[in-house]
Amino acid sequence: MAGKATRTAFGETLARLGAENPRIVVLDADLSKSTMSDFFASKFPDRFFDMGIAEGNMVGAGAGMALAGMIPFICSFATFVVGRFEQIRMSVGYSRANVKIVGTHCGIGIGPDGYSQMALEDIALMRSLPNMAVVQPGDAIEAERAVEYIARHDGPVFLRLTRQNLNDVNPPDYKFEFGKGVVLRPGRDMTIMATGGVVGNALKAAALLAQKQVDAQVVNIHTIKPIDRDLIGRVAYSQGKILTVEDHGIVGGLGSAVAEVVAELGRGRVKRVAVEDYAESGDPDGLYKKYGLSEDNIAAKALELLHD
Amino acid sequence: MEIEKLKAIAKEMRVDIIRMLTEAGSGHPGGSLSCIDIIVTLFFSKLRYKPDDPNWADRDRFVLSKGHCVPALYAVLAKLGTLPHDELLSLRKLNSRMQGHPDRSRTPGIEASTGSLGQGLSVALGMAMAGKTMKKDYRVYCMISDGESQAGQVWEAAMAAPKFKLDNLCVLLDYNKIQLSGAVRDIMNLEPLAEKWRAFNWNVMEIDGHDFGAILKALNDAEKVKDKPTLILCHTIKGKGVSFMEGKWEWHGKSPNREEGERAVQEILARN
Ligand SMILES: Cc1ncc(C[n+]2csc(CCOP(=O)(O)OP(=O)(O)O)c2C)c(N)n1
Repeated sequence: MAGKATRTAFGETLARLGAENPRIVVLDADLSKSTMSDFFASKFPDRFFDMGIAEGNMVGAGAGMALAGMIPFICSFATFVVGRFEQIRMSVGYSRANVKIVGTHCGIGIGPDGYSQMALEDIALMRSLPNMAVVQPGDAIEAERAVEYIARHDGPVFLRLTRQNLNDVNPPDYKFEFGKGVVLRPGRDMTIMATGGVVGNALKAAALLAQKQVDAQVVNIHTIKPIDRDLIGRVAYSQGKILTVEDHGIVGGLGSAVAEVVAELGRGRVKRVAVEDYAESGDPDGLYKKYGLSEDNIAAKALELLHD
Repeated sequence: MEIEKLKAIAKEMRVDIIRMLTEAGSGHPGGSLSCIDIIVTLFFSKLRYKPDDPNWADRDRFVLSKGHCVPALYAVLAKLGTLPHDELLSLRKLNSRMQGHPDRSRTPGIEASTGSLGQGLSVALGMAMAGKTMKKDYRVYCMISDGESQAGQVWEAAMAAPKFKLDNLCVLLDYNKIQLSGAVRDIMNLEPLAEKWRAFNWNVMEIDGHDFGAILKALNDAEKVKDKPTLILCHTIKGKGVSFMEGKWEWHGKSPNREEGERAVQEILARN
């Protein structure tokens, strides 16, 4: 498959930023060859720390380095680093530590390793911490720009990245605007809001819908927190119907974030496409079909919502 | 006799592991091959277990905390008859019971869902505590790995087991000296490892984890110890049995292609 994984774009960008900003340090937990923090490690060995398979300690040490004035990126599979939630809650969030939490291998898109390695609750957890920003790029270009932004952002951020390659959904001159949704395809009848590795699937679903005379708008929500309330409000008042799509559990992710805003507005309707069970091993395409994230599943849900 | 039987079974298991991983196209050969001799000895010479009744209440428990090496356990469960042998080749495929990491809700014979390293020993600890509390005489075995031993939770469990005098708990540490991205010594050194466990008040034995006689003797000796849990520090070779995999971190989490798989199988069959 063509394209590039967002973890790869992250690794390359971080290695570039390392030259510009000596305060950037990188911690990993025996996964640097998978999170791609390895690029940074080989260029800046003095500012790279392999903490071993000990993610809880990595979170605390990252917080300590941040409190001492550095900008730590702490990296692992998203499920393992976010799994140390209480350490993140105390030492990063509550302590206002400027730690960048980088979680790769998110969602069922990782395939054959199965549920234990798939992050499916991480957005929900990170979104619950008051000062934690949550960013999930939908292609390599966006990942690159997002990493540049995050290094400058003052405060903790959770960056959620894919293992699998993604085709570009953004143009090469793309500019990343923190907190702002991006309209990738205009449409009059309804809006699909997608995030991360399945933004491409949402675009394909819109193409399927067009064959059925449904004109669906597709919006990429790269910043899940803070969520783009203005954009959601505009859609809720104009079209009313919003389908959310994400490779994450159905509780607490993008769908919940959008539904919270819509419920408070008292206008519009939301339907959520997300993973509804403990997932399993399999090929990514087969998993997307089985768990409802393939383009035809998304299109079918969109029609349900539209005709409901 | 016994040793010859175990040797022959382990050889067969190594072939199954390679075939499964080749067919799956992903997975972890290195650590599966380093621990298979220990798992074979445990299941075929020691464990109180009914292959056709894996949930029998009085069975001995085996928790595979280093869950990524589950192909080794699937191979053994298939040899025993708990799992049908022809299911092995569905490893990591959609709708298969042969999950990439152990899933106790899906697969008979799997005692604990693992795959996030560092957690299995606590679960085994709880099973041992339950055994004591319910006055049952089953034993609990837990296999952990060396990279995994960097996780703090392992040491929380290590602290707790002696407090509760869990002589029904036996930990098998697969000390193959290699983790995912390099040598354990370089990534986060564990030494002096036996001394650490001794300092935590465990009965510690140190053996060659590919010597069936030594494994069997250690398992037998562990049973005789009173009021203390036992740790068997098993010195092993990552990728053991396949020369091009032995001692190489590169074969931690990469499956062999067809040609490599065939070469590996031939080599396993040729070695005695
Ligand atoms: C908590 C956690 N962090 C990271 C991983 C990813 N991972 C899988 S295997 C592995 C290396 C394991 O090395 P070791 O424990 O020595 O196992 P072995 O050599 O026996 O395969 C890592 C880092 C994981 N499964 N769980």
